[in-house]
This record gives sequence, C-alpha cells and structure tokens, in this order.
Amino acid sequence: MENFNLFIRSIFVDNMVFAYFLGMCSFLAVSKNVKTAFGLGVAVTFMLVVTLPINYLLENYVLKAGALSWLGEEYAQVDLSFLSLIMFIAVIASMTQLVEMTVEKFSPSLYASLGIFLPLIAVNCAILGGSLFMQQRGWTSVWTATCAGAGWGLGWLLAITAIAAIRERVASYSNVPAPLRGIGITFILCALMGIAFMSFLGIKI
Amino acid sequence: MADKINYKEVFFNPLSKDNPVIVQVLGICSCLAVTAKLEPALVMGLSVIAVLAFSNVIISLIRNTIPTNIRIIVQLVVVAALVIIVNQLLLAYAYDVSKQLSVFIGLIITNCILMGRLEAFAMGNKPWPSFLDGVGNGLGYAWILVVVGFFRELLGSGTLMGCQVVPQSWYDAGYANNGLMILPPMALIVVACVIWVHRTRNPELQEKA
Repeated sequence: MENFNLFIRSIFVDNMVFAYFLGMCSFLAVSKNVKTAFGLGVAVTFMLVVTLPINYLLENYVLKAGALSWLGEEYAQVDLSFLSLIMFIAVIASMTQLVEMTVEKFSPSLYASLGIFLPLIAVNCAILGGSLFMQQRGWTSVWTATCAGAGWGLGWLLAITAIAAIRERVASYSNVPAPLRGIGITFILCALMGIAFMSFLGIKI
Repeated sequence: MADKINYKEVFFNPLSKDNPVIVQVLGICSCLAVTAKLEPALVMGLSVIAVLAFSNVIISLIRNTIPTNIRIIVQLVVVAALVIIVNQLLLAYAYDVSKQLSVFIGLIITNCILMGRLEAFAMGNKPWPSFLDGVGNGLGYAWILVVVGFFRELLGSGTLMGCQVVPQSWYDAGYANNGLMILPPMALIVVACVIWVHRTRNPELQEKA
C-alpha cells in the first residue's frame, strides 16, 4: 500500500516536469505533435522503470558507505559514494544501448517508431535525476524504487502528451505575438500547467 | 571545419545571437530549478562554465582517437569525471550552496548544452577555439541564469544575495513580496519574457507562423 501511494504521488505531486523541471530539453523539443511525444514518453517511462532498481542495488550494495560489508570485514569501511555519478550515468548509457539493440532485434516496428528517441534518452535529465533523488530519499526496498520510477515515468508521459496536445491547438488556432511564437509561448503554457499541477501539492496521500 | 576560425565570433556569438538557453533551447532544466535565489544561480553558472570549458578542451585533444560508435559514452565519462571534481570542491568550500543546489550539480552531466557543444564543436576543432567556445557558451548560459535569479529573488523575497534591498518603509506602506516568484513555474514566465525581449530586438530569430 505504501508503494502504491508513492506511485500515485510520483505521478501527480512529485511530477518530474512540473515539480522538479527535469527532462525539459526533450520536453520542449519533441512536443510539437502528440504522436511522437507519446512515443518519447513511453521510452522514458521504460528507462526509468529499468534503471532505477539497478541503480538502487548499485547504491546499496556497492557505493554507499559500508555497503561493501557483504564482501568481508575489511571492506566495511570503504565509501565509494563519490563514484555514484559516474556509475549511474554508465548504467543509464549502457542500458539505453542495450534496450536499443533488443528492441531493434525483437520488434522492428516499435524500433521504427521509437528508434530516434532512444539515444536522446541517455542524456535526458529525468532519468539521471530519478536515480539521484533515489539516493537522497533513502528508500528501504527495491520495490519502492521501481514504483517511484514507474510513477515518475508516467507523470512525464502525461505531461509531454498534454503539452503536445495544447501546442497542436495553439499552432493552428491562435494568433501569438511574433516574438513569442514557438518556444516563447511554450514556456508560458508550461508555466500555466505547472501552476495547475501545484494544486496537487497540498494533497497528502 | 573552416580553415580560418574567427575567434571573436566563436566567443561572442553564444552570448546573444546563438545563446544556448534562449535561442538553441538547451540546458533549460537546471536554468529553471536553481534560480529562485541569485547566489545558487551564480555558483551554478560558474560550475557550468568550468565543466564546459575543460570538457571541450579534453574532448578536442582526444577527438581523433575516439571511435565514433562509443563517442557518447566517452563524452559522458569525461564530463562525469569533471562534474565529480566540481561537486567535491563545492562540498569542501561552499557547503551551504551545494546543499541548495542538491542534485542539480550532478545533473550538469546531462545538461544538453554540454553534449551539444561537444558534438557540434569540440569533435571538429582544435583545443584553443574549443576552449573559447566552451567559455562563451558557459557565459551565455550563466548570464541568463543570473538575470532570472536576479528578478526572482528581487520580486520574490525582496533581497539580493541574501541582503535586504527593498526598504522596510515600503513594507510598512503596504508593499508585499510576490510569493509566486519563488515557485518554479514563474521561472518559465521570466525566461519567456527574456525570450520575448531578445526576439523583439533580433527579429531575424522570430519563428514563422
């Protein structure tokens, strides 16, 4: 039950885009139409669900102070936490590569629609951000990490699909002042959506 | 790869005409999250300038030996190593600020400005112009951060760098801080205003309807 609450919280209250502003670059760049936006959202969700548990295990059994004590008494003092950034990004980059190859082999049609987004994901800050938040929160089980990953991913998917739908309408029906066209108005839309999402803040689950 | 690189253009273009944040729309994430106060914005700007300049130089030095297939991983590792150094320095000498920046120092690794510049410039140019390009783009990023941080702190808390600037008599006369400016969504609106002003002055950057 605890984990389910965390899952819901991660979608709405701790939304990656509107509460932490992570993954904004691809959020702004790939939200011109709903179809591609949805594709990227699915890819991000998948990567978060896969990398968060792996990085959780790495953090707790290799990197944290005293985490190596399962190797023997003399390793109990070792603290490798300064290496966490480089390990996390290595996991994410290699998982992206792996996923890309697997998808290409087993589902060419999915690859054709997701293909161009997969390399982009290695540098999507939402993924690395998820792992770094995991490090700060001090969760106690790998399931908690997986649930949070799924929630953050779905929240991101929700956000990018919504903004893409709004941008499609704005592009065809409204007369935006010339200097604000394109990226300027998207920033403002995003801010308004962020304010709307802030109404979830008070909710305790 | 031009035969003659114009050093001046390499350095000054990213400040306005080719600004990484408001023209190329890269590195937005950190730009929004760390600008509630001026001080973290400054520190973040400096960290990015340092990491960007040195990673540009390093990648440019080894550009001919990197196999193309794994270049992304090589670039990420170089950047991650530099970010770890910056992070440790901040933990040692500016602990409070590094607490405020929390995960965003780590997220410099995935800052798209870095990958963008490494791919677009450092892979094809000599170390010295790459260094200038890194410093130029870093400065272009930093000044946006400082502008946004300045307005948000001034209007949101009435302070600058933690010092009170709005006189007490104004508060007595009924002036109130705009609490909304502290919240993240207002950063987007401030950046949108910067883009608006910038594109009004540079009409050639405006997007066609």
